[in-house]
Amino acid sequence: MSYFSDIIQGTKSLLTGMRITGNYFFKNFLTRKDVITQQYPDNKDTLKMFDRFRGEVTLAHNENNEHRCDACTTCEKTCPNGSLEVIWDKYKDPETGRNKRVLVKHIYHLEMCTMCGLCIEVCPTNALEWGQDFHHASYDRGQLTKVLNKPGSKVVAGLKG
Amino acid sequence: MIRLSIFTQIHEWLYSLMPASSAHILELVLIAAAYLGIFAILGLLLVWLERRVAGFFQLRLGPNRVGPIGLFQTIADALKLVSKELTGTVKADHFLYGAAPYFIITTALMAMALIPFSQEIHAFDINIGVFFIASVSSVGVVGIFLAGWASNNKYSLIGGMRTGIQMISYELSIGMVIVTMTTLAGTLQISELIEMQRNGWFIIQGHFPAILAFMIFMIAGTAESNRVPFDLVEAESELGAGFHTEYSGMNFAYFFLAEFVNLFIISSIAVVLFFGGWLAPFGITDGLHIPFIGLFWFGLKVTAIIFIFMWFRWTFPRFRIDQLLTLEWKYLLPINMVNIVVMALMVWLGLIIKF
Repeated sequence: MSYFSDIIQGTKSLLTGMRITGNYFFKNFLTRKDVITQQYPDNKDTLKMFDRFRGEVTLAHNENNEHRCDACTTCEKTCPNGSLEVIWDKYKDPETGRNKRVLVKHIYHLEMCTMCGLCIEVCPTNALEWGQDFHHASYDRGQLTKVLNKPGSKVVAGLKG
Repeated sequence: MIRLSIFTQIHEWLYSLMPASSAHILELVLIAAAYLGIFAILGLLLVWLERRVAGFFQLRLGPNRVGPIGLFQTIADALKLVSKELTGTVKADHFLYGAAPYFIITTALMAMALIPFSQEIHAFDINIGVFFIASVSSVGVVGIFLAGWASNNKYSLIGGMRTGIQMISYELSIGMVIVTMTTLAGTLQISELIEMQRNGWFIIQGHFPAILAFMIFMIAGTAESNRVPFDLVEAESELGAGFHTEYSGMNFAYFFLAEFVNLFIISSIAVVLFFGGWLAPFGITDGLHIPFIGLFWFGLKVTAIIFIFMWFRWTFPRFRIDQLLTLEWKYLLPINMVNIVVMALMVWLGLIIKF
């Protein structure tokens, strides 16, 4: 008869479920090892965001304060919100005598950015990168307009774009 | 009926102050106030426990910010609810709408008066104790039903109707389990029931049929206290909040607290019927004179049973209404009936285990 085998089957499957959840409970109750909650303001100093986290767009600088931006303005043209502004100047290359662009200011309007990442994907010289900082709150939107190239920085020598 | 042997000093002091009749009334009022206090504290503690336990089941931490290990979190929540506005609907039946939460609270309090916290702390020890709890707790349905009806809201009404079906069905199982256990015990008085378990708890004395009765009691008890997987009354995904959709502020908090106090009452009945009430396991603390040791053992056992109910809640998915009725009428009821006969046979043939 399926009546009794149903009861036994049902009890068994319920106990299987309870064993699984019970395992979770006692493991977390005793060791707190698998707890995935981040206690945010307490771990502010040690908190490290994962690599793919989209906090803000940054211009990468190496240890000699050199970046890889040749001011081609592809990022500025790609950005759907117009949150990037590349201000450049031209100078005459002494070797070849041709006009070339040099980056003056890479301006980033964080308040307009949707973190879509198109600028980073499209950059021909891989100059832009994701930054992991997310403490962006401020009382003044003027503070959200950032200059990405550090003062006194130069282009990496021999950059081919 | 009122026994207060540990509080004899207060008792005698009161009687020395004023005439006997007024002292008696004052005592009744004091006990009622104490039970209201226990009601509130117990409700808040159980809500906190539920949230903590739920956290660990779901790989979270649960409330741990307000006070040590989050103990004051529920008090903060209750204060918030007290300060909130009591909203209501224009077309509600206002008298019944207002009365419904008090029905639920009153029945929960009446059932709580019979709970033996320890040998001394036991307010109302009548000779039909378990029967009284079973009948009083079925009056609690009226409160939920009134809330569903008087709200004049479709969701509330469906929630109330479902309660009617569910409570009446599973009340039967609880009653039958109580009959099974009283067949073994031969008494309904709670203090006697516990006294008889000095020679082994009923779950050991009655071995096989008692264990089966305990399993049925746990299932029916979950349904009685309207908890997952039997929470069709307030099934969030279908009915909003069910019968208390239209309630806010403190009126909502009454429902919420009463739900958890009912959980405590069901667990206490389980402890009294199967696990020896406030008796120590194997009498290990019988010779020692530690104050409130009965309260400690009773609390420990009740917490263990409540934990099992919470374990159910965070494991099982919700029933459909026809599955709910199938489980009761096609499975639990026939098993229960056979179980009573088996238990009666065991008692008749003397097959019970006694130390």
